[in-house]
Amino acid sequence: MYSETQILKEASAGDIDGGELVINVGPQHPATHGVLHLVITLQGETIKKIEPHLGYIHRSIEKMCESLSYRQFIYVTSRMDYLSAHINNHACALCVEKGLQVEVPPRAKVIRVLMDELTRIASHELWLGAMAMDLGAFTPFFYAFREREAINEIMEETCGARLTMNYMVPGGVMFDLHPNFQKKVKAFITQFKKKVVEFDDLVTNNIIFQNRMKGIGVLSKEDAISYGCTGPVARASGVHCDIRKIYPYEIYDQLEFDEITESAGDSFARYMVRVREMHQSAKIIEQLIDNIPEGDYQAKTKAVLKLPKGEFYSRVETARGELGVYIVSEGGTTPYRIKFRSPGFSNLSALDHIARGGKIGDLMATMGTLDLVIPDIDR
Amino acid sequence: MAFIKQYISEVFGAVRSLWKGMRTTGRYFVRPKEIITQQYPDNRDTLVLPERFRGEVVMPHDENNEHACTGCTACELACPNGTIKIITKFDITPEGKKKKALDTFIYHLELCTMCNLCIEACPTDAIKMAKNFEHSVYDRSKLTKRLNKPGSKIREGIE
Repeated sequence: MYSETQILKEASAGDIDGGELVINVGPQHPATHGVLHLVITLQGETIKKIEPHLGYIHRSIEKMCESLSYRQFIYVTSRMDYLSAHINNHACALCVEKGLQVEVPPRAKVIRVLMDELTRIASHELWLGAMAMDLGAFTPFFYAFREREAINEIMEETCGARLTMNYMVPGGVMFDLHPNFQKKVKAFITQFKKKVVEFDDLVTNNIIFQNRMKGIGVLSKEDAISYGCTGPVARASGVHCDIRKIYPYEIYDQLEFDEITESAGDSFARYMVRVREMHQSAKIIEQLIDNIPEGDYQAKTKAVLKLPKGEFYSRVETARGELGVYIVSEGGTTPYRIKFRSPGFSNLSALDHIARGGKIGDLMATMGTLDLVIPDIDR
Repeated sequence: MAFIKQYISEVFGAVRSLWKGMRTTGRYFVRPKEIITQQYPDNRDTLVLPERFRGEVVMPHDENNEHACTGCTACELACPNGTIKIITKFDITPEGKKKKALDTFIYHLELCTMCNLCIEACPTDAIKMAKNFEHSVYDRSKLTKRLNKPGSKIREGIE
């Protein structure tokens, strides 16, 4: 006969049934946002190893881009990180402009930054709702979607589409702003500031929520750097990596905003970085919305774009981290090679490290705060 | 003792923070006017879409059944997906010269991503984006459309 303590002791040592248990989370699983397949090796409830299996939504976007012209390939990148489609398009447009040596008119620059920041808020809002839903809170999802809907309507009016806008073109933006744009954005900012307090009541200040987040999935500063993490994931570990601050593009160097960093590196720090980043984005929009310069919204470019022979690289800060676009041109109308450095892939690579040794119940909090978008990882 | 104290205060804190959240939810429960859910498809008649909304590519015809397409295939070249296929023919002008004209404008809606590049490329504004977004059909072949109406011809004065 075993006593109860003996059974517990042996179970925790993994001897009771020969040790490890391998389970599959995904590719179709309610807790993974998309087709992410994790092979998790467990010992009891403790995670021994996580192995992500990728490739379920691989569309070979990099290869596709090689057969598309410099105007055409921009729309495909909306399908990578579909929640920050504008910022992806922005990165590609910047890279092509670098090759063409085109000067973007000041009005287009301001419009681009405004759209980027609206996209960032929309992306973080969706993440906030989905994150709370991962942890079992269903209501915040609808509250987050209410704010996001206001942004989607602004996008729909100016760009013509809600999610995959394809608004950025080499040399500027596709259309001018809609006459209602300023009025609607101002109304959104007022509503956003009023309603964002609701999230503090609903989620942030909730003790149960905090207990599930604090001290879970700690990523140290050194590990964040060595895994190549960027964006809110790295900033929550204290790494200064905001591309808008360290390599400013467009007009970010003239704007007043803070780079949000936290030092704890746990899930709650990652959560707080994103929540506070939304306020900074709102601050940037407030600075710009009354100061949109008059003028052209698109620079004059040739009908057929040809990049000179050489290599071009541009980087932007998406809602998830650093997105790099690398174009090798042979002088023709299509790129010879395109490489996208996507933020999601590097952030996912740290998952095994930060979840190892933790409990399987905590995995959802860790994974949720990494803010993984699977089409961005697979491409 | 300190442990019990902390435990009890944690439980009360959790209940209090839960109550705070429920209060926010309850406020909307008793104020249904602040809810913004749209009752689609019941609101089809009152649904307003912005004028730039990209639903599908159409070719506007005027009352004389004339369009503005010259058959220059700029849209076909601009399309990243091979959505548009233009078949041209040669008209004989009154002077006896051959002139290139549009025969059939084939549009594959099932391949289209509504990226707007064809509209941007068109030099004569012959095509535009329509607002219709309910595209589901039972037969896939119905999504391949012919945009120029039968018997239509190019408007006078468009080169």
